[in-house]
Amino acid sequence: MTNKKVNRLSREANLTGWLFVSPMVLGFILLLLVPLLTAFYMSLTDWPLLGEARFIGFDNYATIMSDADFWKVLGNTLAFAAGLVPLNIVLALLLALLLSKNFAGMGWFRTAIFVPVMTSLIVWSIVWKYMFATDSGFINQVLQVIGIQGPAWLYNPNLAMPAVIVTSVLKNVGLNMVLFIAALQQVPVHLYEAAKIDGSGRTRTFFQVTIPMITPTIFLTVIMTIIGSLKVFGQIYVMTQGGPSGSTKVLVYYIWEKAFKLYEFGYASSLAYILFFIVMGLTLVQWQLRKRWVFHEN
Amino acid sequence: MLRASHIERGLHYSVLTVISLFMMVPFLWMVSTSLKEPAKIFVFPPELLPSPVRWANYSEVLKTIPFHLFYFNSVYIAILVTAGTAFFASLAGYAFARIEFKGRHVVFLLLLSTMMIPNEVTAIPMFLFMRELGWINTHLPLIILPIFGAGGVFAVFIMRQFFISAPKELEEAAMIDGCSRWRTYWNIMLPLAKPAVATLTIFTFLTVWNDFFDPLIFINARKLMTLPLALSLFTDEAGTAWHHLMSASVMATFPLLIVFFFAQKQFIEGVSMTGLKE
Repeated sequence: MTNKKVNRLSREANLTGWLFVSPMVLGFILLLLVPLLTAFYMSLTDWPLLGEARFIGFDNYATIMSDADFWKVLGNTLAFAAGLVPLNIVLALLLALLLSKNFAGMGWFRTAIFVPVMTSLIVWSIVWKYMFATDSGFINQVLQVIGIQGPAWLYNPNLAMPAVIVTSVLKNVGLNMVLFIAALQQVPVHLYEAAKIDGSGRTRTFFQVTIPMITPTIFLTVIMTIIGSLKVFGQIYVMTQGGPSGSTKVLVYYIWEKAFKLYEFGYASSLAYILFFIVMGLTLVQWQLRKRWVFHEN
Repeated sequence: MLRASHIERGLHYSVLTVISLFMMVPFLWMVSTSLKEPAKIFVFPPELLPSPVRWANYSEVLKTIPFHLFYFNSVYIAILVTAGTAFFASLAGYAFARIEFKGRHVVFLLLLSTMMIPNEVTAIPMFLFMRELGWINTHLPLIILPIFGAGGVFAVFIMRQFFISAPKELEEAAMIDGCSRWRTYWNIMLPLAKPAVATLTIFTFLTVWNDFFDPLIFINARKLMTLPLALSLFTDEAGTAWHHLMSASVMATFPLLIVFFFAQKQFIEGVSMTGLKE
């Protein structure tokens, strides 16, 4: 090919390439990049609903550090994550182990566990709110059958958070389960055969073959589940509205309340940026640790 | 004689049955309550099979609230977003994978790096931006944001992965025959990408159908609400009419369950292929 022709072709490729990606790139700039930078600027201002925005530097962040509500909310968020993540991962792994091999009825079980993933979080939360209701709720009615007077689950500061956690685990455990099933099916059979020849028992094989081989998936699901749990909102909004006495008020709920109920856009933006920093931190940790922690064959 | 393997199998089935029941109880209770007479909701011991069955709960929901409007809003928004995502994301994904244009690596990396940004971080400026445009209390934010925002970026990523591993022969033959890039994409590569597009379609539809945060922020007017938003507002009212709320919930859930029933395999493969999480 002559140089001229190559030039013409590459110019053509440049033009079509950019034309093809331009809608997404334009959207990305306007709907992600610009708002992200704006949010940071807003976090440095006092920005009321009406009236002028005032630049105040890092004052919002300083206020947040001495805001007792913030620390309580952060504690609640971490408590949610600390309850949800281990429960979700362990249950998902157990279910994946039980459902990774073919047997009669497997499809039905997989479907039953996966259906809540499909269901709207709002519908799921509404139904569970009703299940947890003090008098008419299913749970307390069942308890009453065996002679126990059930508590007011969602109106008790000690019980509301655990109730929301269990609800959330059941809603999403199917996602992690499917990821684990896929990972389990990719463990090479010859490794199990080798373990058998070596006389490894089932428990030993599980911890020395299965677990190491699926660490990449375990790692991915743990990080993603932590990130997901830091963003919990819908179930809190429906089931408890952050109550009773603030015991389930989590970070995103607090952001939403400050921004869209109290219209303190500046303060809420700083809170949102703290969430952003935490999520970014976790994402970076994921990339860094991946190399050391995750086992690859060979 | 009972052998160890029998006991084990029994245990296997019992554990699965107990957990599956836990998963299904909310659905059974929802359907059951949706067919109860209001006075029977508090009856003790609980009735799983209501008698008499009260179908009127369903027609009453349709009469007392503009349920058909919420339904229509949810359906048409989900369809538009799904079609838009499939088109724009596959177009960009194809270009990133197969067209060697200047700057594509940089731009793609930039897109990738924003994939983990939580929706909640950009929500506040987005609200002000939409207010400037006069788009609050319209469906436009609910349609545009998911197509071109973080969800769209994720879709581009999935499509690019697919196109990178797709066979080159057909495409090269088409190019030699003088097909334009557009025709190569539209007539050759897109049909080839059916499995990836199907996965993306199901996911996008599900996510949009169930979205709650965006409608909560951008929509106040009753007649513009989507199903999750409309349903969530019922729980606020004092003295919830549980039988009505449950029949509305059944109606909001059912279409997805039917879709899932038919697209199950693709859906579950999609999850494991993409490692996707909400």
